[in-house]
Amino acid sequence: MHAVLKMVVQRVALGVLTLLVVSALVFISVEFLPGDVAEQILGQSATPETLAALRDQLGLNTPPVERYFDWLGGILQGDFGQSVISQRPITELLAQRLGNTLSLALLATLISVPLAVGLGILAALKRNTWVDRTINIGTLTAISFPEYFVAYGLILVFSVKLGWFPSISIVSGTVTFAERIHLTLLPSLTLTMIVTAHMMRMTRASIINLLALPYVEMARLKGASQRRVVVVHALPNAIAPIVNVIALNIAYMIAGVVIVEVVFVYPGLGQLLVDSVAKRDVTVVQAACLIFASAFIIFNLVADVISIVSNPRLLHRK
Amino acid sequence: MTQTPLLTITDLVIQAQSDDGPKTLIDGLSLSLNKGEVLGLIGESGAGKSTFGLGAMGFTRDGCRFASGSVIFDGIELTQASPKVRRGLRSTRIAYVAQSAAASFNPAYSLIRQYSEFPVLAEGRNRSAVEVDAVEAYRRMHLPNPEEIGFRYPHQVSGGQLQRAMTAMAMACKPDLIIFDEPTTALDVTTQIEVLEAIREAVREFNTAAIYITHDLAVVSQMADRIMVLRHGNLVEEAPTAKMMSDPQEEYTKSLWAVRSFKAPAKPLPDDALTPLVSLKNVTARYGPAGPDVLQNVSFDLHKGRTMAIVGESGSGKTTSARCAMGLLPRRAGDVLLDGVSLPPDYHKRSKEQLQQLQIIYQMADTALNPKQKISDIIGRPVTFYTGLRGRARTERVRDLLSAIDLDPNVYFDRYPGELSGGQKQRIGIARALAAEPRVVICDEVTSALDQLVAEGILRLLVKLQQDFDLSYLFITHDIATVESIADDVVVMQKGKVVEAGPKDQIMAPPHAPYTELLLSSVPEMDPGWLDRVVQKRALE
Repeated sequence: MHAVLKMVVQRVALGVLTLLVVSALVFISVEFLPGDVAEQILGQSATPETLAALRDQLGLNTPPVERYFDWLGGILQGDFGQSVISQRPITELLAQRLGNTLSLALLATLISVPLAVGLGILAALKRNTWVDRTINIGTLTAISFPEYFVAYGLILVFSVKLGWFPSISIVSGTVTFAERIHLTLLPSLTLTMIVTAHMMRMTRASIINLLALPYVEMARLKGASQRRVVVVHALPNAIAPIVNVIALNIAYMIAGVVIVEVVFVYPGLGQLLVDSVAKRDVTVVQAACLIFASAFIIFNLVADVISIVSNPRLLHRK
Repeated sequence: MTQTPLLTITDLVIQAQSDDGPKTLIDGLSLSLNKGEVLGLIGESGAGKSTFGLGAMGFTRDGCRFASGSVIFDGIELTQASPKVRRGLRSTRIAYVAQSAAASFNPAYSLIRQYSEFPVLAEGRNRSAVEVDAVEAYRRMHLPNPEEIGFRYPHQVSGGQLQRAMTAMAMACKPDLIIFDEPTTALDVTTQIEVLEAIREAVREFNTAAIYITHDLAVVSQMADRIMVLRHGNLVEEAPTAKMMSDPQEEYTKSLWAVRSFKAPAKPLPDDALTPLVSLKNVTARYGPAGPDVLQNVSFDLHKGRTMAIVGESGSGKTTSARCAMGLLPRRAGDVLLDGVSLPPDYHKRSKEQLQQLQIIYQMADTALNPKQKISDIIGRPVTFYTGLRGRARTERVRDLLSAIDLDPNVYFDRYPGELSGGQKQRIGIARALAAEPRVVICDEVTSALDQLVAEGILRLLVKLQQDFDLSYLFITHDIATVESIADDVVVMQKGKVVEAGPKDQIMAPPHAPYTELLLSSVPEMDPGWLDRVVQKRALE
C-alpha cells in the first residue's frame, strides 16, 4: 500500500478509536451522576414501585456495559435515543440545531480563515512596521475581550445604533438563504473576532520562521519579489502548522459557541446544551457532548491528513 | 587591448546593525572582473567572503547595508539602484549558487519547477520550452537520468546531484556572472570532484564570469584565474592563481598555505599479543527495528595510547560505529569490548565506571554546549558526576582542565558559550570530555566545522593531551589531510562496511583497495593542474 495512504488510514483508525473512548467517557460520566434517569423523570412523584416500573420500561436494569453498546449501536444507526424530559427522539431535536450551529460555524469560517491567513501573510510581509503592529494589536484586542462583551458591542453598534442587523438571531426552518446570512452575520462576526488572532499569529510566525531559511534567501537571490517570496516560496511550507490551528478554531466555533448563541438567542447546539443541563435532560446532554467531542476529533483528523498530504517528503518518497 | 570590466567594485563598505552600533563586515574592498573571468575569494569564516559575494549582486542580508562605495555591474550602480532594478538583474544576468543545495532548494517544488521559475517569470518564456532546456542543462551537468531527474523533489536527490542541479538552475537564463558560494564544501571529496568538473566545464562553455568563494585553497586553485585573499573584511593580497600558489607575499597567506604541514610524532607499533583497549567485533546495527543495516560486521581494534582514524564518505557508518561503541545506538549483533570485557549494548545498562572510560567530542561545538550554562558548569557537571568532586575541589579541577586546553581560567571560568569563538568552544568540548578522566575519547569530525588555522590548533592540542593523559582517540573524519597529520591507524569505511584497516603507513601507501584509491585520489591538491589530470585519468580508465 502507498505509504501516505497507510498513514492516513492509521490516523483515521486512531480518530475512530478516540471517538470510542470519548463516547465511553461521556456515557460513564452520566452513569456516575447521582440518581438515574428514572428518578429524573419521576421527580417528586417517585415511589419505589413507579421507579421500578419505569426502570424496567427504560431498560435501566440491564448492566451498564450492555446499555452502552445499545446506545452506541443506536447512534451508529442515527438514533440517539429519547429525551428524558420531552420524550421526543433526540435525533430530531439535534438535527435542526446541529444544522444551525454548522451554518453559523461555516459562515464564521468563511470570514475568519481568509481574513486571518491574509492578515498573517501581510503582517509577515510588513514585519516590524506599523502595519504589522496594527494587525497584532487589533487582533489581540479583539481576542482579549470576553465573548459576550464583543457580542453586545456589535449589537450596540450594528443593531441598536445603525439598525443594519437584528439583535436576536432566531432562525426557523423557513428562512431563505439570504435571510439566514443576514441573521447569522453578527454572531459570525463575533466568532471571527475571537478566533482571528490565534490563526493570524500562527500564520505570521510560521512564515517568519521560514523567511530565515536558505531556500527563501535563494528565492530572493533568484530575483523574487517580497510578495512572491512569502506567498509562493514560504507559504506552501507553512501549511501544516497553519492548518492545525485553523482546525482547532473551527472545532471551537462548533463546540465553544455556547455564549455567543445565548447572547443572540440563536437556536444552535450550544443553546440546546444549556437548556438541557438546566432541565437535567441527561440523554440530550450526553448526545450534545458526544457531538462536540466529535467535532474536535474530526477537524483535528482532517488537519492531520492535510499536513501529511501537504508534505512533499511523505507524498513523494525516495 | 583593454575591455570594460563586467563588474567593478570600488571601496565597498558593508555594515551590520548591532546593539553596540554598526559593525563593519566589509571594509573598503575593491575588485574588477572581466567577462568570462573566474575570481577566487578565499579566507576563513568571518572574513566576509559571502557578504562580499552577495554584495556583488547588490544584495545585503537582513540587518546589513551598503555604507559606502559602489558596485557597478555592466554600467548599473547596484548599491543605489531600486529594488526592482536589482531584482530584474538576478537570475537573468547575475545568478547565485549556494553552499548547501539541500537547504537552498525549496522542498515544496520539483527541481524542474524551480529551474523554470525565472526563465518563465523574468524572460516570459514558455514553460515546456524551458523544461526542454532544463533536461539539456542536467545532461551537461552529467546528472543521471536527465529526462527524469528534474521531476523529483529535492529530498529525493543526493547532495552532490542537487549541487549540480543548482548550478544548472543558475545557468538557466545564461547569466553573465555567477557567484558560487562554497558550492562543494558540504560534499564528500569523491562527489566534490564531479561537481567541480561540471561547474568548470559549464563556466568555460558559456564564457560566464564567476566569483568562486571557498575556504579550500586546493579547490580554488583548480577553479580560479585570479585569487583574492580576505581577512576581517579586508584584502590581504590578490594575484593570478599560479603566482599566488607558488609565491604568496603576505605572512597570513603563507600561514594558510602552510597549515597542513602539522604531523603528530609517529608511535611504535603495538605488541600483537596486547589486548586492545577498545575492540569492535562484527558489529551490526540499524536505526529503527525495520531499517536497513547501516553497519555490517564492522570490526576494528583501538590500542592504548594510539589514534585511530575512521575515514569514509557521509553515510559510510563512521559515526554510527562510534555510537555503537558508546552504547548510544545499541548494536543488533556482534560485540564491543573494553579491555577484553564485553560492554552492554545499551549505555543505560553500563556501569558508571564503564561510561567514564569512553567520552565523546562532537562536531558542532555550537550545538553541543548549552548556551545557558557557564563554562564552569559545563565542565563541572561531569567532574562531579564521575569523580564526585564538589565545592573548592571541583573549582580547582575545572580550572586545571581549562589550563590544560590552553584557556586562561581567570578569563573563561564564568563565561557563556556564546562569548567564545568556534575554536574555543571546541576546546570546551574537549575539556568536558576530559573531565570524566576517560581512557578513550571519540572525536567526531571535531575539526571539520573549523577554519584550517584553528583546526590545526585543535589537532596540536589533542596530540599534547594524548601524551599528558595517556589517551586513546577514535578519530572520525572525512578529511584525508587530518588523517595524515594525526592518525596512527586508519579504518576506511564505505556503505557500513570496513574496506580496509591497518597502520597509517600501510593504508596510505599503495597498493590501495579500489575504494581507498578513489578516496585518496579525489582529495584536491594545491597544484592548479590537478583536476585536469584526475579527470583525464578517470576518463581513460
